[in-house]
Amino acid sequence: MQAVSEFLTMGGYGVYVWPSYVLAVLIMGGMLGLTLARLRVTKRELKGYEQVHAAHRKRRGRGGED
Amino acid sequence: MTSRKKRRMTLIGLGMLALAGATAMVLTAFQENVTFFYSPSDLQNKDVPKGRNFRVGGLVAEGSVEKIGDGATVQFVVTDGGGTVPVRYRGLLPDLFREGQGIVAEGKLNGQGVFVANEVLAKHDENYMPPEVADALKRSGEWQKGQATADGAVQ
Amino acid sequence: MTSQAASNPPGSRSLHRFANPGRFLRLADAVLPWCAGLTAIALAVGLAAALFVAPADYQQGESVRIMYVHVPAAWMALFAYTCIAVASAAALIWRHPVADLAARSASPLGAAFTFLALATGSLWGKPMWGTWWVWDARLTSVLVLFFLYLGHMAISNAFEDPGRGRKAAAILALVGFVNVPIIKFSVDWWNTLHQPASVTRIGVPTIHPSMLWPLLLMGVGFTLFFFTVLLLRMKSELLAARLRNLRMLSVEGR
Repeated sequence: MQAVSEFLTMGGYGVYVWPSYVLAVLIMGGMLGLTLARLRVTKRELKGYEQVHAAHRKRRGRGGED
Repeated sequence: MTSRKKRRMTLIGLGMLALAGATAMVLTAFQENVTFFYSPSDLQNKDVPKGRNFRVGGLVAEGSVEKIGDGATVQFVVTDGGGTVPVRYRGLLPDLFREGQGIVAEGKLNGQGVFVANEVLAKHDENYMPPEVADALKRSGEWQKGQATADGAVQ
Repeated sequence: MTSQAASNPPGSRSLHRFANPGRFLRLADAVLPWCAGLTAIALAVGLAAALFVAPADYQQGESVRIMYVHVPAAWMALFAYTCIAVASAAALIWRHPVADLAARSASPLGAAFTFLALATGSLWGKPMWGTWWVWDARLTSVLVLFFLYLGHMAISNAFEDPGRGRKAAAILALVGFVNVPIIKFSVDWWNTLHQPASVTRIGVPTIHPSMLWPLLLMGVGFTLFFFTVLLLRMKSELLAARLRNLRMLSVEGR
């Protein structure tokens, strides 16, 4: 228990050390999270459009390259 | 590579070169203003603004730190090997402040040649090591006292 | 994007091996799992080493642990800008669409790393130097870098015509590159409060091995993280461009 609190205090520098690490996790996690969220949305919409597009082509009997 | 691409490449290269040259000239011209602090020898050799706030940087001389008056004011000598200047300061000192350590003080010279500081910042050197290693180095006599810190503090 | 790639003269085909968005997407998909896995390993081990294994410093005590975030973030701030400058030059000279995409995708990442370096530096400076901020050459030039990133991001999106915006942003990136050597050498050229480099010194680094290896591991982790997120962002942009094309096609087809 004492070892844990000693670790958290960081020899009196805990108030400076921990915010640094929290900030790093927030900023880097945020970058990754935003990127992944956008990628997921684009992928989903793309899938929808590709299905619609394929259906169109089939109906018109075009197929192949567009 | 087509000649158009070659021309674009030359253009960019020349542009960067001109830019680098211009920047170098501007920085050289403003050399004095970019300088964050003066060294104690600068105080003796160069014209340092009298009566105006400026910064002095150097090492805190060993054994020179003393409390004066009410005990909240400290006075110490800042040295760079070439010159020295006494510094008086009243306030909280940073954690890295100690004898032999590089510091930067902001304030002005009074009539007696004492630098009255309103802010004292500690300068860290580029050495990082665990305490045991520092102790071992000191014991074995391989520790060049002030050498590394002087490199960092006074250039 | 696609029209730009198609308008390239045939003589430059070999240089455009990776300029083909389809080929780039396949390459990115092959590289990404490895990049992401290695990032996770390097950051996990690096973080554990920085917090639990690395010793306290003889002068700074435990506050030295801020260095394991601050220094890699500052390295990435400079590295990302260098990547942007190189990609911008390639985009201007060879009209390389993927290079242009890389430059645009990298600048928010660089801005975030620069902000992280400034904030963690401030958190270290307060207890050690005795101040959150000073206007010395190092700190000021890094702040300028942060604003260059913001400017680059703004200009990329400011123009109605995306082609013009990209060209203007690429020129800004190249002009701003003079700041990179200024940041690197500011601590040697002028009296600064910031200490000189410890790791990239000719001869021996002035940092003990027990502190150096966690720092280098964090540096590797940050670099891999940068490339992973950069590839993801570029992939996302390319898919978004494909989506826009499909939308236009389906509107025309109706």
